[in-house]
Amino acid sequence: MEKEPASKVELAPGVGGGGEIPTFDITLKVRRYNPEVSDDAHWDEWQLTMYGTDRVLDALHKVKWEHDGTVSFRRSCAHGVCGSDAMRINGRNRLACKTLLKDLDTSKPILVEPIKGLPVEKDLIVDMEPFFQSYREIMPFLISKGHEPTKERLQSSEERERYDDTTKCILCAACTSSCPVFWTDGQYFGPAAIVNAHRFIFDSRDDAGDMRLEILNDKEGVWRCRTTFNCSEACPRGIQVTKAISEVKQAILTRKV
Amino acid sequence: MATPTIESPRSGRVAPGYSRTQGSRGNFEMIAWLFMRISGAILVVLIFVHLYVNLVAGDGISGIDFGFVAGKWASPVWQIWDLTMLWLAMLHGTNGIRVIINDYAEKNSTRMWLKGVLYTSTVVIVVLGTLVIFTFDPCPVVNGVAHVADYCPAP
Repeated sequence: MEKEPASKVELAPGVGGGGEIPTFDITLKVRRYNPEVSDDAHWDEWQLTMYGTDRVLDALHKVKWEHDGTVSFRRSCAHGVCGSDAMRINGRNRLACKTLLKDLDTSKPILVEPIKGLPVEKDLIVDMEPFFQSYREIMPFLISKGHEPTKERLQSSEERERYDDTTKCILCAACTSSCPVFWTDGQYFGPAAIVNAHRFIFDSRDDAGDMRLEILNDKEGVWRCRTTFNCSEACPRGIQVTKAISEVKQAILTRKV
Repeated sequence: MATPTIESPRSGRVAPGYSRTQGSRGNFEMIAWLFMRISGAILVVLIFVHLYVNLVAGDGISGIDFGFVAGKWASPVWQIWDLTMLWLAMLHGTNGIRVIINDYAEKNSTRMWLKGVLYTSTVVIVVLGTLVIFTFDPCPVVNGVAHVADYCPAP
C-alpha cells in the first residue's frame, strides 16, 4: 500500500474542527416507532451541540452515528435534490437536508416526525407506495401520436415556460402528506400526482393530455382539492402547487363545458 | 430448467385502504364544483338584497311581522326571489356539507349514514319551503273564524 501523501497545508491547532463557526445546543425530539418492539410510537430526545452550518439532517446523522444507531430515516443525496428525506419538522413538512437548525427556534426542542397520511414503517420511514401508485396512474411519461420526428421534438421557449414550474418536482411527498384531504383516507390522488400530470398536460409535445384530464376528473381527482394551500407551503422546490391544480381544474372545465 | 419468474418491482404492494376503486368516472364532482361557484355568486346578491329589504329599507327591522311577509309574498317577484334563494341556498349548503362529510368521515358506512340524514333533511326543508311560498294564505280561516288582517278583503 502506498502511503498517504503528507498534507501540504499547515493547520494551526484549533482550526479545522469548525472552530470558526458558532455552535449552539439543541434538543432534538424524534418520533420513534418500531412495530417489532411496540405498536405504540413514542418520543426520544437528545441534547446535541451543533454548528451554525448544520441542518436537521446533520443532527439526525449525529444521533444515528454517535448516540443511537437504531434511529431510522431515509436520505440519499443530502442536498435537496433526491427528495428522500421529507419529514415533519416542528409541525411542517420540509426536507431535513434543506432546513438549517439556526433557522428553527433552538430554545425549544426541535420535533421531527414522519410525514403524515402514509403508513409508517419504522421511525421516520413511511411506505411511499400509495404515493407512487397515484403518480403512476397519471402516466408521467411522454405520449405522442403520429410519426416520430427525425430530429428532436421542437418546442418554443413560451411553450416550455407553460409548464416550467411543475418540472421542478422531486417526488418527496411533502405536498401530498401535508394535504388534509389526503390524511382522511388516502384516496385522493394528491397534489404531487396532479403536479406531475400538469407537467405533461401542458407540454406541447405531448398528445395524451385528454387521457390525463379524464383520469383526474375522478371522484378522487382534482375536485377534492379544497385550496388550503398546505401543499404550496410545504413544497421544498417552491412549486405553486395549488395554482397548478387550479389550472388542471380549468383545463377539465374548458374541455367539458 | 424452468426460468425463475421475477415479479415486477413492488407489484401489488400498495397498502390496503389506499387503492382506489375504479369506475367512479362521470362528471358529477365537476358539476358540483361548478355549481358551488355559480350558486355562491348568485346567493351573495339574493341574500344581501333580501337582508336589505327586510331589515333596513322602510320601517327597518321593526316593520317585520306576519303582514310584512304576507305583503311580500303577494308579489310574484318576491315569490320567485325567495324560491330561488331557498333552492340555491339549500343545494349549496347541502353540497358543502356533503363535501365536508367526504373529507372528514373515514369509513364509507359513516359517510353513508351522515349523507342519508343530510339528504333527508334537505328534501324535507326544500319541499316544505316551496309549499309555504306557493300555498301561503294571508287571510286564513281557522275553525270557521276568519283571522282578518286589515289588508284582507272583508268576508
